[in-house]
Amino acid sequence: MVTRQVMFTFPSELVEEPLIYYLGQKFNIITSIRRADVSENKGWVVLELEGEEKDIERGLVWMAGKGVRVDPVSGDLVEG
Amino acid sequence: MSYATALRCRKCGHEYPLKPLNVCNFCLSPLEVIYDYKSMTKAISQEKLAEGPFTMWRYKDMLPVESDAVDIGTGFTSLVKADNLGRELGLDHLYIKNDGLNPTFSFKDRVVSVAMTKAREFGFDTVACASTGNLAASVAAHAAKAKLKAYVFVPASVETGKLIGAAIYNPVLITVDGNYDDVNRLCRQLVEKYNWGFININLRPYYAEGSKTLSYEVAEQLGWRAPDCVIAPAASGLLFTRIWKGLDELAMMRLIEPVNTHMFVCQATGCSPIVSAFQAGSLHVNPVEPSTIAQSIAIGNPADGYYALRVARQSGGGASAVTDEEAIAGMKLLSQTEGIFTEAVGGVVIGALKKLVASKVIKKNEVTVAFITGAGPKTQDIVADTVQPFNIRPTLESLEEVLNVPA
Repeated sequence: MVTRQVMFTFPSELVEEPLIYYLGQKFNIITSIRRADVSENKGWVVLELEGEEKDIERGLVWMAGKGVRVDPVSGDLVEG
Repeated sequence: MSYATALRCRKCGHEYPLKPLNVCNFCLSPLEVIYDYKSMTKAISQEKLAEGPFTMWRYKDMLPVESDAVDIGTGFTSLVKADNLGRELGLDHLYIKNDGLNPTFSFKDRVVSVAMTKAREFGFDTVACASTGNLAASVAAHAAKAKLKAYVFVPASVETGKLIGAAIYNPVLITVDGNYDDVNRLCRQLVEKYNWGFININLRPYYAEGSKTLSYEVAEQLGWRAPDCVIAPAASGLLFTRIWKGLDELAMMRLIEPVNTHMFVCQATGCSPIVSAFQAGSLHVNPVEPSTIAQSIAIGNPADGYYALRVARQSGGGASAVTDEEAIAGMKLLSQTEGIFTEAVGGVVIGALKKLVASKVIKKNEVTVAFITGAGPKTQDIVADTVQPFNIRPTLESLEEVLNVPA
């Protein structure tokens, strides 16, 4: 089991979709929300994921495929 | 001695011991170093600081290090009174803080010097970073000085020319097939797996503190006062927030009068998540895909974006973004008025300053400091069009003919 800390940014059309619930169900990932701000127009959620490495990878690809932007909570690591 | 006491979460305030750690376990927000300012204030005076070396390490007591610094001669760079540029833009008291004069030609030497010193204190024998230029060079140089092994990760798409500035110091240079997201993902895995000091990840809270020396120096060079306005670029937003923190600390320690500096942040329009959030009145910085020639600030998901935004707001400052064309014009303007050749990011600063003065957001009589964070030769290809020589035969006639001198 590994943990991964990520930020999801949801466009307005996805705000009402229970995507984090499906992420947990479909990929056997434990989701722990730490910070969030969701309005009717957009939303972001900072959370920790726990699961098998390959499941988390597949889950994040699935989220991105749904139109959710996936970013590391520590920001971009490649600097100029 | 160091007066650092702990790491504290910038969001929820949870405290941690001074270890290689960068994110709060509870709310996953960034951590920062906190100090015993009461004791620090008693120990530090303008006179005592003036006795220190002419490097950033004259402020050692205000930094979170205990041991001898890994120092390659960084800091105390020129603060130039830029009268020619000031006249051009309409400012009476414009200064340029030229941090391209550091040993590896960018401000990164300040942050890396602190992070590398901490890496050695924590007992790391290996350090690492992921970079496309300035950070890579600085980490490699400091690792050479500290006799630590350095791994530098670079996206394979980066031009070889950009890597020479790092390769010369002989780090382990690794090019990664993939885009920036792939390199980001790999680095996060490396931090978990290897016991390395990752300069801008697990050492980030210490790294950040190095930037404060920029504002310490500016205040001292101005005769112990804070500027009325500061304009500085933002990539992750860290530098911008620490310039503010440095000024705030000086005031807290009564080394300068209470600070009333307006902080202006600038970015390239091709990667301006912080400026866009400021202009939209938002509290959240939405990540973007970078597309700009100012690659040293091309960070689409800025770790300290929210805090940079807050500094710009709270200080009564502002935000401005400029196009790549405006940035190049800014590079040329600075070179041709002040003789200072900056990298593309400096062009962003000058371009943004021009806009802010033109719109009277920054006023003519305000003491304004523009921060130039890197030297021009790093990105000189983008101004290759300036090379338009007159070609002549080696005769006087040929020269006079070309220069149109009447016979």
